[in-house]
Amino acid sequence: MSSDISNSGHKPDGSAKQKAPPVSQPKFWNDPKKRSLLFQVLLLSILGFVFYTIIDNTLTNLEQRGITTGFDFLSREAGFGIAMSLIDYTEASSYGMTFIVGLLNTILIAVLGIIAATILGFILGVARLSDNWLVAKFSALYIEVFRNIPLLLQIFFWYYAVLRTLPQPRQSIEFFGSFINNRGFIFPAPVPEAGFGWVTFGFFAAIVASWLIARWARKRQELTGQQFPVALTTIGLIIGVPLVLFLFSGMPLGLDHPELKGFNFKGGITVIPELIALWLALSIYTAAFIAETVRAGILAVSHGQTEAATALGMSKAKTLRLIVIPQALRVVIPPLTSQYLNLTKNSSLATAIGYPDLVNVFAGTTLNQTGQAIEVISMTMAVYLALSLMTSFFMNWYNARIQLSER
Amino acid sequence: MKYELQPTLPPPANMIGVIGWLRKNLFNGPVNSIATIVVGYFLISFLVPTIQWIFIDSDWVGDSRDACTSGGACWVFIANRLDQFLYGFYPEAEHWRVQIAFIILIGSIIWLVLPKTPKKGLVATLLLVVYPVVAFFLLYGNAFGLTRVETHLWGGLSLTLVLAVVGIVASLPLGILLALGRQSDMPIVKSVCVIFIEIWRGVPLITVLFMASVMLPLFFPEGMSFDKLLRALIGITLFQSAYMAEVIRGGLQAIPKGQYEAADALGLGYWQKMILIIMPQALKLMIPGIVNTFIALFKDTSLVLIIGLFDVLAIGQAANQDPEWIGYSTESYLFVALLFWMFCFSMSRYSQHLEKALNTGHGNRA
Repeated sequence: MSSDISNSGHKPDGSAKQKAPPVSQPKFWNDPKKRSLLFQVLLLSILGFVFYTIIDNTLTNLEQRGITTGFDFLSREAGFGIAMSLIDYTEASSYGMTFIVGLLNTILIAVLGIIAATILGFILGVARLSDNWLVAKFSALYIEVFRNIPLLLQIFFWYYAVLRTLPQPRQSIEFFGSFINNRGFIFPAPVPEAGFGWVTFGFFAAIVASWLIARWARKRQELTGQQFPVALTTIGLIIGVPLVLFLFSGMPLGLDHPELKGFNFKGGITVIPELIALWLALSIYTAAFIAETVRAGILAVSHGQTEAATALGMSKAKTLRLIVIPQALRVVIPPLTSQYLNLTKNSSLATAIGYPDLVNVFAGTTLNQTGQAIEVISMTMAVYLALSLMTSFFMNWYNARIQLSER
Repeated sequence: MKYELQPTLPPPANMIGVIGWLRKNLFNGPVNSIATIVVGYFLISFLVPTIQWIFIDSDWVGDSRDACTSGGACWVFIANRLDQFLYGFYPEAEHWRVQIAFIILIGSIIWLVLPKTPKKGLVATLLLVVYPVVAFFLLYGNAFGLTRVETHLWGGLSLTLVLAVVGIVASLPLGILLALGRQSDMPIVKSVCVIFIEIWRGVPLITVLFMASVMLPLFFPEGMSFDKLLRALIGITLFQSAYMAEVIRGGLQAIPKGQYEAADALGLGYWQKMILIIMPQALKLMIPGIVNTFIALFKDTSLVLIIGLFDVLAIGQAANQDPEWIGYSTESYLFVALLFWMFCFSMSRYSQHLEKALNTGHGNRA
């Protein structure tokens, strides 16, 4: 029996058991399996060689410059001050502490920026679809202006052209016991007194209660179809319970008013201008992108959905809450998370105006003082990388959860 | 008896014309009326003084800060430093070289953007392959009788353009390879590409630039030193290629599976399949995405000022420190913002236009 398939004279013999035809072996570079194996071995060896050379060169270079590798430097004394710290930090603290302080400052600006950008972005995104011509055009103008100007330029503008030109501390702008000057924004610090623990307790108790109510309401709706105003009760509980406790326990909250002493203010809480400038620029810039995301999400909900809801007799508000927003969120949340990630990564521009974030403190001052470039840069990159990996895991999980089960 | 149609009555006066438009678009309901008044008040109270400051109360001619007397914007400051904003510290006698490089670039881009010009493919290939070499010799010199201009003298808008154009052109081939690798069946190739892409996409550009300026010299043998600009370019290219790879992967995935299978059925090899069948179709879909990454890169080039290169923003920042012109930083920021805005806005408009024009319904979700 001929093994040559292209042989047109060959007649298939149905009853004969097909044996492995003695094909002439293809050249090994024409065999896809062997070829891909070859490619991969080649790639691995090239990569191995490149890494070996890099590591070898680096070790030689480091040795010549007298830099010892390793993470021992983290426990050494840092010896420099940081303008703003959320935890106790002094010049006697270790380099490891500078990492923590920087990381916390990065998280602070990221959280503040995300909150502001989300609120502003949602308002602008909805406004851009408004049937009010002026509102829609204003929103479009905002979006087109701010997303086409580099973030760094906006940060510089807020910092150098706006905040640094504010008056000196002695001529501060004063309102409600707070002050604004070129050293930042200074406001009275709340000081909890005896009995404030009740308010804190009430706050957490309200959260637990709201969670229980939400669970109960969902069960009841599934059983009976009756709805319960969960959102309103939650807001009422979380604000109301601590407030009532606060009033009944005799308002146990003092204020530490800032006072001008010499050339600067003492007391109160000072928000440094670097933080304000970075926060303004990040939220204004990212809001433009979030607005576009929100707009796309709302437009993605097909018009038939709204019409069907109207046909069922739903009010406009109910349509928005029960029909449009849940479907729009499905489209909005993945790009929204990546905008949040972008904002966090962009907060590293802080270093340009000296806000003490991770890059400025750790990859800046610490790196310059210790010379441990490899360790410092890798640790910094690892932080951002971990954040972005966590975000993409969340996104995958979320996408899988909300995936439409099509029939 | 004769029946005649009455002539149609004109619509009520408050439904047409300016009043009708106002009623329909600005005052259709109490909420909208309030919104219109609030936004309108805000716009007027903000825009009128701003426009007055920029255009009416401003000073345009002169050669020192004494010319700025009217209390508005002092554009004299910008006019005096315009050369620096455009060319950085490039020697004045050699400015023509930058101009020629810029004119060729703009000329070929216009050629590519206009809808009915012949030989687009040839021009695009020349722009991507030949132009970088020509531009390098024009800008750097040291050959063909041109004097050498060290890269630390480069600056201003021309440096911004160099960074952005090199970043995008160099990252394109790398991005294509990475995207193909990510879709490959070979597990090692695939994981190497995925790791590469995810690492660069996960870190901020600024740490990449730090890495390029601090760590890169450590990676190479002693005595092999890199120019600062070249180090920044390497960092930007690696960073950008990861984003480019994702754009290209998006384009590749939008091609229906039947195209891949048909190419396989015709007996085409991998590269034949990619070059003849998949890429020509995918590239069309990818252009808007590539333009969008280019816009992002263009804005991100301003970050190089942190590692000490003088792009247009850094020039503005340096100009603000000049004791002779202190207090006019708003003008320089506005000017630089306008430059960036013009480039980014026109590119984003073009990409939106392309998205519409290229939407021939050949995608997956046709």
